[in-house]
Amino acid sequence: MAGAEHKHPNYMAIFWYLAILTVIEIAVIYAPLNKTTIVVLLCALALGKAVLVAMYFMHLRFETGTLGLVAITPLMIATLLVFLLLPDGFAVAKRTVGVKAAVSAPAKH
Amino acid sequence: MSPSASVHSAVEPAETPLTPESWGKLGMWIFLAGDAVGFGVLLASYGGMRATSADWPSPYAVLGINLTAAMTFLLICSSVTMVKALEWLGKGDRSKCRMFLFFTALGGAIFVSCQAYEWSKLIHEGLHINGNPWGASLFGTSFFLVTGFHGLHVTGGVIYLVSMIRYVTNRPAPAASYNAVEITGLYWHFVDLVWIMVFTFMYLI
Repeated sequence: MAGAEHKHPNYMAIFWYLAILTVIEIAVIYAPLNKTTIVVLLCALALGKAVLVAMYFMHLRFETGTLGLVAITPLMIATLLVFLLLPDGFAVAKRTVGVKAAVSAPAKH
Repeated sequence: MSPSASVHSAVEPAETPLTPESWGKLGMWIFLAGDAVGFGVLLASYGGMRATSADWPSPYAVLGINLTAAMTFLLICSSVTMVKALEWLGKGDRSKCRMFLFFTALGGAIFVSCQAYEWSKLIHEGLHINGNPWGASLFGTSFFLVTGFHGLHVTGGVIYLVSMIRYVTNRPAPAASYNAVEITGLYWHFVDLVWIMVFTFMYLI
């Protein structure tokens, strides 16, 4: 029905959460942490922001659970794809490094 | 059954179990899920190439994040103006709804302008689609592909929003356009959501 409305969440609160999380993201890249920790933190923060946008701005929280499945499927596919690509990428990288080492080694003598 | 009733039932034959109030909303969600797979594939392949590259440049050192952080903030603001447009329409105020739709479109237009400026600056510095002075050539390829794909979505969104201002204007009863504006909002928030991911993966990490 065209007139059906959702219960409106506090949009300004969501806005401030998103703004604060963005500031934290920028602070994290300058923090004295190792690269893996920074990457994990940034992924978690981005996911947190995405969830806030989907749940409140896109009203997913007030929709049926099955629609949530429609929304989450692309994320699962993309995550799976990263793990599918990595072995191949590492194999190529290993071969390339091997070739580079073989090429540069004689030049040192 | 009157002819008008049969036409109406031909448009919306039954309720959808996923989004009971609107078929259009379900259509937009399915479109967005498909589009998200498109972006997901681009970002996943970016991650795969990046993780296995020996000479990938440091994005935030090369690209600079001051402008893009401001662009991120702008897009978050435009999401807020979008929900405000829907909120005002729900309260029956079409002129406020149109005003906030205009602010949302304006935010999108400024975002695309900033992106155009950023691209031309980086191109002058030597970042090209097939090479760059800092390392792996795929760095430029993936940067232009992903940010360009997103920029096209924002451009499409601005056109969509401007057409919705007209749509709301042409329908005197606010309830007649509520559903359509809500669906527009879904698209716009999705563009914001994708930028959150792009900003993190392409600029910060």
